[in-house]
Amino acid sequence: MNTQPFLRMDNIHKRFGDLVASGGVTLEVEENEIHSLLGENGAGKSVLMNILCGVLSPNEGQIVYKGAPLRLGSPREAIRHGIGMVHQHFMLVPNLTVAENYVLGQGMPARVITDMRAVYARIRELSERYGLDVRPDALIQDLSVGEQQRVEILKVLFHGIDLLILDEPTAVLTPQETDRLLVLLRDLVKDGKTVIFISHKLDEVMTVSDRVSVMRDAKVVFTTRAADTNPRELARMMVGRDVLMELPRTNRTPGRTVLSVDGLSCDNEIGLPAVRNVSLEVREGEIVGIAGVSGNGQSELALAMTGLLPVTSGTISLNGEEISRLRPGEVNRRPIGHVPEDRHKMGIVLPLALTENVLLQRYNRPPFARHGLLKFGTIAEHTRDLIRRFRVKASGEFDLIQNLSGGNQQKLVVARELARDPDFLLINQLTRGIDIGAMELVMQEVLKQREAGRAILLISTELEELFAICDRILVMFHGELVGELPPDRNRIEEMGLLMAGDRQEAAQLAAARVQ
Amino acid sequence: MSMLVRIAQAIALPAAAVLVALTFGGVLLSLNGFNGWDVFTVMIVGVLQDTRSIAEILLKSIPLILIGVGLCVAFRCSIWNIGAEGQLYAGAVAATIVGVAFEGLTPWIYVPLIMVAGALAGAAWAGIAGLLKVYFRASEIVTTIMLNYIALIGTSYLVTGPLRDAASAYPQSARLLKEAWMPRILPPTRLHIGILVAVALAIAFYIFLFRSSAGYAVRVVGINANAARYAGINVGRNIMIAICISGGMAGLAGAFEVAGVTRRLYQNISPGYGFEGIAVALLANNNPIGAIFSGGLFAILRSGSELMQITAQVPQVLVSVIQGMVILSVVAFGVYRFRSASRSQ
Amino acid sequence: MEDVATLGFIATTIGATWRLATPLIFAAIGEVFSERAGVLNIGLEGVMLVGAFVGFATMFTYGSLPLGLASAIAACMVVGLLFAFFTITIKADQIVVGAAINLLGMGLTAFLFRTYFVGTGRGVEIAQPLNIPGLSDLPFFGEAFFRHNAIVYSTVLVVLLAVVVLYKTSFGLTLRAVGEHPKAVDVVGRSVAAYRYGAVMIGTGLAGLGGAFLTLGHSNQFVENITSGRGFIALAVVVFARWSPVGAFFVAMLFGLFYALQLQLQAQPALNIPYQALQALPYVMTIVALVMVRNKADTPKMLGVPYNKA
Repeated sequence: MNTQPFLRMDNIHKRFGDLVASGGVTLEVEENEIHSLLGENGAGKSVLMNILCGVLSPNEGQIVYKGAPLRLGSPREAIRHGIGMVHQHFMLVPNLTVAENYVLGQGMPARVITDMRAVYARIRELSERYGLDVRPDALIQDLSVGEQQRVEILKVLFHGIDLLILDEPTAVLTPQETDRLLVLLRDLVKDGKTVIFISHKLDEVMTVSDRVSVMRDAKVVFTTRAADTNPRELARMMVGRDVLMELPRTNRTPGRTVLSVDGLSCDNEIGLPAVRNVSLEVREGEIVGIAGVSGNGQSELALAMTGLLPVTSGTISLNGEEISRLRPGEVNRRPIGHVPEDRHKMGIVLPLALTENVLLQRYNRPPFARHGLLKFGTIAEHTRDLIRRFRVKASGEFDLIQNLSGGNQQKLVVARELARDPDFLLINQLTRGIDIGAMELVMQEVLKQREAGRAILLISTELEELFAICDRILVMFHGELVGELPPDRNRIEEMGLLMAGDRQEAAQLAAARVQ
Repeated sequence: MSMLVRIAQAIALPAAAVLVALTFGGVLLSLNGFNGWDVFTVMIVGVLQDTRSIAEILLKSIPLILIGVGLCVAFRCSIWNIGAEGQLYAGAVAATIVGVAFEGLTPWIYVPLIMVAGALAGAAWAGIAGLLKVYFRASEIVTTIMLNYIALIGTSYLVTGPLRDAASAYPQSARLLKEAWMPRILPPTRLHIGILVAVALAIAFYIFLFRSSAGYAVRVVGINANAARYAGINVGRNIMIAICISGGMAGLAGAFEVAGVTRRLYQNISPGYGFEGIAVALLANNNPIGAIFSGGLFAILRSGSELMQITAQVPQVLVSVIQGMVILSVVAFGVYRFRSASRSQ
Repeated sequence: MEDVATLGFIATTIGATWRLATPLIFAAIGEVFSERAGVLNIGLEGVMLVGAFVGFATMFTYGSLPLGLASAIAACMVVGLLFAFFTITIKADQIVVGAAINLLGMGLTAFLFRTYFVGTGRGVEIAQPLNIPGLSDLPFFGEAFFRHNAIVYSTVLVVLLAVVVLYKTSFGLTLRAVGEHPKAVDVVGRSVAAYRYGAVMIGTGLAGLGGAFLTLGHSNQFVENITSGRGFIALAVVVFARWSPVGAFFVAMLFGLFYALQLQLQAQPALNIPYQALQALPYVMTIVALVMVRNKADTPKMLGVPYNKA
């Protein structure tokens, strides 16, 4: 047999200004395998794969594919050679149909599209063959996230791909959908395809891969057969040291009810019902989790609870005071902290200094403002204090927050919200897009708040995060709370069924467990 | 040290931008049979001759600084008010109506009254576009421009109709009462107190934007409206505040033109100060203190272009070309670093 | 007052409507292309002025109508190239650059006009109405629909062409995708920048044609600021038409009607309205139109947002 691997990426370098995204990466993938690429956020997995599929050009290095060098920096060259990628953020144009998305960019620009029937037929045929249930004439914007992902996978197959790259495909799926996807990947390999699977979830990687490569600090540091390793070793490789897989937690009896939500409903931004009749309570010294696939009303629930989205019915009371009809500015004056879902969209103001970001909700009142003027001395001192306590890496309190890494930005947001000394802390996605170091710190800080008797509601799409620190977990599906489970990893299957809205099946499973 | 570097940058880049624009103007002149060097010799140096000519430049800088400072506030809030010209006319009309009405009033009351009337009218005219944006999401770019045309046509109606001075052969209003005239500060030149007001307001709005809670709210709304809502800042109210400040400043400029320079209202009291104010704000990177200097610079260019028309028959509209080039150079050199929030909301 | 109700008045008004809508139709359809690709060009007013002036100057010098139109389009595409360079390559704010283009267009055309033409006082020969045997002489319909010049008729052709290009070609599909989700275009190996350049230049070319119509198909003279806000009104037309070329055609027609009514009613001495009220009509209606479009869901998602590859 020849020694030439199916794919060899050789000494790939990619820099964005000062940031090194690939620092001499070498990766070999064999034909007809599922090769997982594992690594923390920011380790350089996506950039490497974007180089492979031609979207980004490397500064140095070469790729040998099927025995011949690949011309770099050309997506069409990659597609022509049968390399296709399902990106983490879908590359589907929302106001076009599935079929239109598939022919996008194909053929000469001047080509007149007269007959889509052949395209439709091919989509139907592929859809049937892999059981993907994709309708060629559906508009992308009408499809759920899971459906869109199937459309994306089928798009790659439609283009006649041999090497399929999937970038964090399970981030938006329920555990059951994830299982189905993994089965599909196995089927594809049976059909002679090769798959590169990017993930930061150890269990999935262990389940599906033939081989695993771990990336850390813009390099591939470790490649092994999946059968020859274990999650603990992979985790150590990812972070370069042993990680605390479990955070210590005391047993604590929750105190009085701080927040109670009763029969809450609200509409989303385009006026469709998003939250339906949600009731819950959070008590002192308790962390309540809300699990669910994103887009099931969690975002709207968080916004409604902080006055950012009008409530159509129901009540929210904080320390006995009804707050559901208050404006955001009034809610801010109550002892509520809110770590928003998307810090760039809402939690911080990128082109402003750290000081001006710490100021955000308290810009017009003491101690930060007096007689309408800002007190910069006080603000700067307070910011320095937060930077020190939360080990925020910044060149100073007047550094622009856009110069900070995601993890450090999140630390500052969490620090700011905790510094407001809230009785109730609402967190939507605590650790999204941040490195493990920052992750550990913010999770420990939140646990400290629990010790201090705060009431905490944690909305998350990361089950690991919920299992690690919650006292109980509610599951949200289609705007409703469909069940409650203890943070017991053995019941993940039940949780998955609830996340998919299958209450009956989940109940049966629970019943079977009792017996 | 870094402070010095920053100040040097803040001066060097705009200066380079202006130089490029002037060179373009010079080349344009040369290509069309004029003397290209005039751009530097006549336009810049030529106008800085004596007290009188400098006073005239300062006089012209009053509306430019006022409008430029107002637009700094609006642009910081990502409000694209292109309607300062119309707001200037609204202010001029209000100043005229007030300025011919109250006989026997002392200047101590009359002069401030004129200013307030102009500012309020300008703010109200801009406020229309603000309300349409907040309640109907109508793009202020288009509405403010349409309001420009409507204000100009309205002024034309007023000076040919209700406000027309019956004794005059031209379509213009009666002369404002003497007590309503802006006091002159450097006789015999026409320079009036407006220059002091303009500089004082520039400093005041610098403090407002960068040192006050209210200004902070305006800026956060301009950069990230979602973050503003999250912080409890009322986005609609701040849009109104910002657009009304910019309109009020333009209205005040209109009042100064009528009560300080022309003393009558007629159709073309502004040679385009409202549009020039956009370039003033951009060259200053939306910094009100910077607008004092960029406003002064554009006043020099305007005086210079008038002088060139007289001495070398160069069409005075050359100044618009140079303004356009200043904006492009400012963008190309990265002087204008301020990026507005995504308009998609 | 009787005059207003007669068929003759209505026929003249309809005819004038189409003629006065013509520059708006061109400019608005061009802007549909530009905005569908995510580029908002508020410099349209300046571009139209360049078209009006270059068309006029070429016709004045060479006496050839096709050459006049072609040079107007070409000149405006060069302006489009400049706009595209700043907004797409340098990624400068589109509104700021648009404002600069307006100042430059206004300043340069006025400067050159005063330098070379203001003393001549001569006009140019404009495109003549086509005489369509049988149709042009029809009562009512002849005046309303069949006594226009070729440029006016070409608006229909431009709409049809726009529909085909935008909805029936691979180019159009990609162009629409560029304004919604540029990255999706990037990953299939098409250049977002190239498509945006193309869209901007189609937009400015058509705006140039609209401007040239003012001096070569409508009035026979160039006057400073001859466009008097039509470039800005075209922007509102696009919003009201919800970014559809066919919609832009009909909305522009509506604005043509406002212009026509303004002119026709001014000629009615019996009507006791100040002429300024009529003059203001198109501008007021533009604001009304913007207010009426409550649902902005059709706005291209990336309108005004520069594309960063990384």
